[in-house]
Amino acid sequence: MTSFTPISSLIGGIAIGLSAFLLLWLNGRIAGISGIVNGAVKFKQSDLSWRWLFILGMVLGAFLASKLGFSLPTDLSLSWVAVLSGGFLVGIGTQLGSGCTSGHGICGIGRGSVRSIIATLLFMVTAGLVVFVSRHVFL
Amino acid sequence: MNKIVALCCGILFGIGLSVAQMVNPQKVLNFLDISGDWDPSLALVMVGALFVYALGYLLWVKPNNKPLLEEHFFLPTKKTIDKSLVVGSIIFGIGWGLSGICPGPALANLSGGDLKIVAFIGAMLVGMKCSPLLAQRIH
Repeated sequence: MTSFTPISSLIGGIAIGLSAFLLLWLNGRIAGISGIVNGAVKFKQSDLSWRWLFILGMVLGAFLASKLGFSLPTDLSLSWVAVLSGGFLVGIGTQLGSGCTSGHGICGIGRGSVRSIIATLLFMVTAGLVVFVSRHVFL
Repeated sequence: MNKIVALCCGILFGIGLSVAQMVNPQKVLNFLDISGDWDPSLALVMVGALFVYALGYLLWVKPNNKPLLEEHFFLPTKKTIDKSLVVGSIIFGIGWGLSGICPGPALANLSGGDLKIVAFIGAMLVGMKCSPLLAQRIH
């Protein structure tokens, strides 16, 4: 069980939105993490460095936050099957569907993109159904 | 300069994910589990992020034809709702529902050094590399 944390969630969300806005306003780039990662591991493009710097920043940011008391989970409570199959499907799905929670859910919807609204509804509802089945049907 | 922007935006994004506790897969799964002990916190992450992003987009991005530090915006051009978008988003939703991890939180968790996070990212990269094979079959 986790408790409802409206204030910290709202503040965290504002930080994420501000980061995505600044990246677009200043650098003209979409802060879609799956897209940034996929471009970063292609190793051929000329725009590699900003991608790796953004990724490095994310790791650093979470590290800094952990020093300020916003700790990272120490026990993920996930099975290896969930970790490996989940990661694989997230990789395929975000590439095929051109985005993830950040790219579609924030950057796309925030620009009023119909594709992103549909994508976000689809992955949210699907994920909800998977959680329902795994938590309430099989257990 | 735009490299410093990328690094700083990454740091802010990582801090945001940590403060919002989106880095905790159990919190994400509890958000997706509407029929269980529902934790609506992550809805507020989206509200906060979308509010800031959409406002900034309308006020400072849309009226301009180029970003401050680059020659043009790098925005997606596709408008059609195609099979790739639908199938990809559903596959991503399955992976997200199984693990509670999407690409951003996966990277932010790296500084915690959990082996399961490293495995998730490895599986995600394999999935990304496999996605063109599936894309060919869909079209």
